Amino acid sequence: MLKLANALIAVVAGVGGTVVLFWAMNKAVEALPEVWENRLKPYVFIGPALIVVTLFLVYPAFRTIFISFYDDRSENFVGLDNYAMLFTDASLRMAIINNLLWVLVVPAACVAFGLLVAVLADRLTARFENVSKSLIFTPMAVSAVGASTIWLFVYAWRPAGTGQIGLLNAIWTGLGQDPIAWVQVSTLRLNSFLLMVIMIWLQTGFAMVLLSSAIKGVPTETIEAARIDGATEIQIFWRVTIPQIMSTIVVVFTTILIAVLKIFDIIFVTTGGNFNTDVVAVRFINELFQFRRFGLAAAIVVVLMLATIPVMIYNIRQFREQEAR
Amino acid sequence: MSVTPPPAADEQQVDERTTAPETGRRRKPRRRGKLFSNVALLLLCLFWLLPTFGLLISSFREEDLVKTTGWWTVFANIGDFGQWTLDNYTEVLQAGMANAFLNSIAVTVPAVVIPILAAAFAAYAFSWMRFPGRNILFIVVIGLLVVPLQVAFIPLLRFYSVLGLTGTFAAVWLAHTGFGMPLAVYLLRNYMGSLPNEIIESAQVDGASHYQIFWRLMIPLSTPVLAAFAILQFLWVWNDFLIALIFLGSTEANQVVQLTLANLVGSRGQDWHLLTAGAFITISVPLLVFFTLQRYFVRGLTAGSVKG
Repeated sequence: MLKLANALIAVVAGVGGTVVLFWAMNKAVEALPEVWENRLKPYVFIGPALIVVTLFLVYPAFRTIFISFYDDRSENFVGLDNYAMLFTDASLRMAIINNLLWVLVVPAACVAFGLLVAVLADRLTARFENVSKSLIFTPMAVSAVGASTIWLFVYAWRPAGTGQIGLLNAIWTGLGQDPIAWVQVSTLRLNSFLLMVIMIWLQTGFAMVLLSSAIKGVPTETIEAARIDGATEIQIFWRVTIPQIMSTIVVVFTTILIAVLKIFDIIFVTTGGNFNTDVVAVRFINELFQFRRFGLAAAIVVVLMLATIPVMIYNIRQFREQEAR
Repeated sequence: MSVTPPPAADEQQVDERTTAPETGRRRKPRRRGKLFSNVALLLLCLFWLLPTFGLLISSFREEDLVKTTGWWTVFANIGDFGQWTLDNYTEVLQAGMANAFLNSIAVTVPAVVIPILAAAFAAYAFSWMRFPGRNILFIVVIGLLVVPLQVAFIPLLRFYSVLGLTGTFAAVWLAHTGFGMPLAVYLLRNYMGSLPNEIIESAQVDGASHYQIFWRLMIPLSTPVLAAFAILQFLWVWNDFLIALIFLGSTEANQVVQLTLANLVGSRGQDWHLLTAGAFITISVPLLVFFTLQRYFVRGLTAGSVKG
């Protein structure tokens, strides 16, 4: 109860404080001569937001770049040593390769499943369409830790001869095989793929929602015209629908790609990066808290940040184009 | 004259509840094809539903049963009411989940409410005020949307330890406020900027100041986008594990549900009666929000698709 009371006080103080802050600043500027009032007022409005962003994102980002050129304790300048380590250290290289595997598989799988559900559900009656789409979409509300627990239960292992409690091993032993501790099997990266299933399970709903509304936005005439020309449903899908929803596919793909690039929770909770499932963001946390190699940890996130720059440029370009219109 | 850009492309297709099928567009697919596609969809739906369903069932089963038999066996003896229990929930709540649940509320509410106001003022200025640097500042905001927030951790940890904030709720509120701000400003600005010029101009003719226009016109008119962002940020904060781990992980008393659940997975990985109940407590609040506010929820998630 004390906690709730504290939270309540914090909300009131935080919100009240912010309101009073804006009100007071506004009053102060209004007291100035009109020329100055008009000049300063916009900065009063954007000021607090800009200060927070500068303090919590912009400045720390630059600071991190700086730290990445220094040693573990940020005392001596080491040049590019930390970056060199990224490509020479075997376990780090494995984390990078695993991360690339995630990037290759997960966004494409989410888009594919999202498209499949959107198209299949589109053929149903409105009620069944809604039910099936809601089912696929619901995991969007589930946290990565929650989803990891849900799927660890599916992958759960019991010794042969005892009752299996995990769905996967129940099916597997039902086929006459010995039970397998799935998340520990790194042959052909099997465990990494099983962890990717969790992410795909979480993100497909998002892909489906955007793709579904894009498909519904495809003009009827183009489809009818193709049909009159004798195109099959499959041809229509690939040659008429897909080209027209390409921009949505790009948005969905890049959004999931950005999320997968920094994938952390699922692996941290399920395997902690063991059994050859390590990825870059998990390695970052371990460097930071276990090994306390700050320079290397900083270099890892700087590389992550560099990887997002193409998307950043694309977003800014899109914005510029909209402004020009 | 203010420039009023159209909303972002992904914003326009946000409302997914386009449920009314355009029947005219579809030809009746052949029957076999239809059967095949329906079976495929059914299998997909089962794949999406069964893991959560199994978790829910298991969380109400006796400990011995959860640990020795599969959850699907309950259907074999469905009439046996003795197999159900609430003990798992009592036990996991006492094992720290109750405390964590309150902590999660204490973390989430301020971390949702505080950024909205600051972002709304900024978004108003970006849409309706002219000042030098406006475009370049907004481009910086867009650029920050995809920056991985890990990039801020090392300096922030040092900064917090100097201020003595590590392990406190305030540390997490501030972090979420900072990390959520670019998206909040971006979304709100897209919405406010798309409101008609005439409303603002006529208010200005009537002698209203920007401050008055903001409170009396902008905030009421922007309710949909404010609600969408609030829900998005709520999910983001409630489901967040990384930021909580970094800034609260070391302080036992202040742990949130995601941390407690992750710790249970790590330390009591075989106690599935506890893990299932704990997981269900963890996901219950967002699911509740999902089922009650689905429309805003979807709008928020899809509109926020650019967040890094």
